This record gives sequence, structure tokens and C-alpha cells, in this order.
Amino acid sequence: MKILTILFGIKLLVISAVTYASPSAENIIRQGNGKGAVACLSCHGDQGQGNASAGYPYLAGQPAEYLVKQLQDFASKLRKNPVMQPFASALSADEIKAVANYYARLPLPKTASSMNNKSSLDKGEQLVTKGKWSVGVPACFQCHGNQGQGIPPNFPAISGQHESYLKAQLESWQKGGRSNDPVGLMQAVIAKLDSAEITAVSRYLAAQSPRKVK
Amino acid sequence: MKMNRFLLCLCVIAFSQPLMAESGKPTQAISQPITTQAFQPPAEEAIPDNEFGDMIRFGKKIFTETGIHAGKYVGNGLKCVNCHLDAGRLDNSAPLWAAWVKYPAYRGKNKMVNTMEERIQGCFIYSMNGTAPPASSKELKALMSYAYWMAQGAPTGVDLPGRGYPKLAKPQQQVDYQRGKQVFESNCALCHGEKGEGNAQNGNYVFPPLWGKDSFNWGAGMHRINTAASFIRANMPLGKGGSLTVQQAWDVAYYINSHERPQDPRYKSDIGATKAAYHKHQCSYGETVNKHMLGGGL
Repeated sequence: MKILTILFGIKLLVISAVTYASPSAENIIRQGNGKGAVACLSCHGDQGQGNASAGYPYLAGQPAEYLVKQLQDFASKLRKNPVMQPFASALSADEIKAVANYYARLPLPKTASSMNNKSSLDKGEQLVTKGKWSVGVPACFQCHGNQGQGIPPNFPAISGQHESYLKAQLESWQKGGRSNDPVGLMQAVIAKLDSAEITAVSRYLAAQSPRKVK
Repeated sequence: MKMNRFLLCLCVIAFSQPLMAESGKPTQAISQPITTQAFQPPAEEAIPDNEFGDMIRFGKKIFTETGIHAGKYVGNGLKCVNCHLDAGRLDNSAPLWAAWVKYPAYRGKNKMVNTMEERIQGCFIYSMNGTAPPASSKELKALMSYAYWMAQGAPTGVDLPGRGYPKLAKPQQQVDYQRGKQVFESNCALCHGEKGEGNAQNGNYVFPPLWGKDSFNWGAGMHRINTAASFIRANMPLGKGGSLTVQQAWDVAYYINSHERPQDPRYKSDIGATKAAYHKHQCSYGETVNKHMLGGGL
């Protein structure tokens, strides 16, 4: 009986912790935090699905640790992005965690594939699943998971991500605009690919279904 | 055309080596990633579409997902492809095609002539901390088929450029555990974990464990400091081969191999006897490093 009471108490605590954390994250995502961070969904969609035509990434199901680091890096300008920088700076450390956890738990988006060019897809598949070892480039899936589902805490999911976003990021890694990768791994790899290969990789990945770490 | 370039490359090596030896200069160890034109194995798409091709493809599957397709012979979390990058194709990462043409061969490790089957069995016993698949098993036949197929066109008996790992120059300073730890934490821990534990998803390692119970045992080639240093210098971090200095590669190899791992399967009555019998090379087995006596096994 006593044990049951204790268990019930713990359950209440857990529920209240969850209900406490979730609305705050949901509020931020739906309405902003009232301190400068606008509603995330205005760009990243009401399901965290992103926006392909605008080049905004999907966030639903991404590893929470990865999202936390990106928000921190936006705030500190380690990842340079004039749109995200003020919003991320306006979030407290707890709010960053709450938002990241919220997105990490959302179901994966159903993104429409944008595949059209067969030869470009083949080249993309080769790079994504096997790499280009003749110039020292491992397969994308070697670090991002064998289906591009991401490997927490550092490697985001890339399968099913919007082509526009992927291409912009890969080009940014290559030109030095983005440089917040641990150990400089992305910069080292992308330096060895050309623009046609970047396009092929982005197109192939965008044509895959989003996957999530189980 | 590809073959012509390859043959030309072999000729250059054949003629240049005696000259180098006569000049008395030691062969220069690498300081940059190797750019020698290496033998090119056939493209994977060229695997024939028949019964033999099926066996080759099965061999490749074992090679890249060893625990899934040859699990009964594997005793840890490693896969062939962890040490032989690009599915065994990559030069300077112990490619299969270069090994194939050099067996049978006498090996100091067991003081006898080994066939290619026995060489692969050794990988299972030591690097995979498991048991040897019998020569008659489908698994070993598949791996043999895969290696044979990959080496087609390569000259038998020739020490091909890109074989094994490129020999590394000696470090300028004595290897150091603390320096190695720093190199590890800033370059390796991201994928391999702060404690070398690797990173597993759904029970399968995405990034291999470097020490501990799921890593290679004290009899594996990679527990030798020089072997690990050579591999690391040429190939790690993944996609950034050649980026560590020679000293950093030695220090981090020493650090990684100065942690406990599964026992040497040839273990005799005690660590001392095992060390005397099998560890007269550059390794930490039976040594006390960072106040820990190594070789107790896991």
C-alpha cells in the first residue's frame, strides 16, 4: 500500500514535470517567448516539418543534443545566421533545452521527395552510401547513420531533409560560412567535393524518407 | 588505361627502390597523405550476376556488417571494415587486394606459413575476439571470394603500393600517455566516446569501441602501438587522414592501447609468461601504465 502511494507520488511528479516543461516549449514554438524569440513554427512549420521552398530545415525528430548545440552556436555566432542569431540569443538555457526536447520528440515529417534527375541521383547515392575514398571522403551515412537517421549527440539526421537546406549548408561548409562542426569533420570532407557532387548529394538525401534513431 | 598507369607506377617503384637503397638514405616515411597511384580494384557493380557473384556479395556483406552476417564467429562489437576502410578497398588501410596477392606467407606471429584462410581466421580470433570460421564454412568461402574478386588483375607475389598501413617515422619524443589523452579527447572522443566505448545504435556499433570488452583483444595486430599509430596517421579522424602529426599519432595510439581489453587468447599461465611468449614488440601488454598493470583481460 505504502509502495503504491509512493509510486503514485512519483507518477504525479513525473506528470507534473512533463506538463510543466511541455507547455513552455509549446508556447515558445507557437507564440514565441515574449522576449525577442518569435514563434518557431512561423518558419519551421506547425509540425516541425520546415519549409522546402524557403530552405528552412525540418527539426522534428532531430537529436535533442544536436538542436541544443545549434541554438547555442547561433547565439554565440559560432554558427553564423543573421535570422536565427537574435532568436537564439533571446532564449534562456532552459528554454533552449525545452524547445530542443520538444522537437526531438515530434514524429518525423513526411516530406515530399523532389527527385527528378536519375544520373544525379545515382551519383548522389554513391557519395551518400559509399563515399569517394579516392579523395578521402567517407560515405555520409558512415557518420550520420546507415540510413541517414542521425547519430546522437553530434550527427544530425539528414535523410529526407529539404534539398534547398542541405545544399545551402553544404555550400556554406565549403565556403567557410558554417564552421561549427566538431573536429572540423564536415569542412574537411566537403572541401574535397565539387558543386555538382554537392547538388547530387542534396538531391539524393532529399529524395529519401526521413529516418529516426529508434 | 588505368592498368597502364598502374604498371608504370610499379616500374617506377621497381627501378627507384634499389637506387634509394644504394644511396643509403632511409626510406622516407609519410608526412602527407599518400598520393601514390594504387592498384584499382574493380567497381562493385562489376561483381558478376551469377552464383559466384552471390558469394562475393555475401563476402562483402560479412565484411561490412560482420556481427550481423557472421555473428557466431564474432565476440565483440567490431567489423572487418573498421580497420579496412571502404569495404576493404582503400589503399593504406590494409586493402584486401594487396593482402590476397601476398599469401600464402610465413608469419612471425605464429611462426609458420599461413594461407589466406588462416590469415582471415586470425582476424576473427584476435581483432574480432571470436572464433575462427572453418575453411569449409560459407562465411570464410565468401570472404575468400570477395578478396579474390577484388584482387583480379593484381600481380601475384608483388608487394603492392598501399598494402597494409604506411610505416610511420619514429616519434621525436618518447610516447606519452597524457599527451595521447589530449589528442584523443580533441580528435577521437567525438565518435569513439570519452572512454573509448564507441557509439552503438540498436545494439550495433556505428563508431567502434577502441578498448574495453567489445574491442579487439590483446592478440590483435592493432594493439601494437606502431600498427595503430600507422593506421591512425593515415586514416583518422575519418575524412581527415594525415591531419595528425607523427608525434600525435604515436601518442594517441599509445593512449588507446594502454587501456584494458579482452585477454590474449594464447594466454599462458600468467601475464608475465604470455608477455614473454607473444609480446616482444611495441605494446603495453604486461606493462604498468597510468598506475594500472595491463594484460589482466576483460
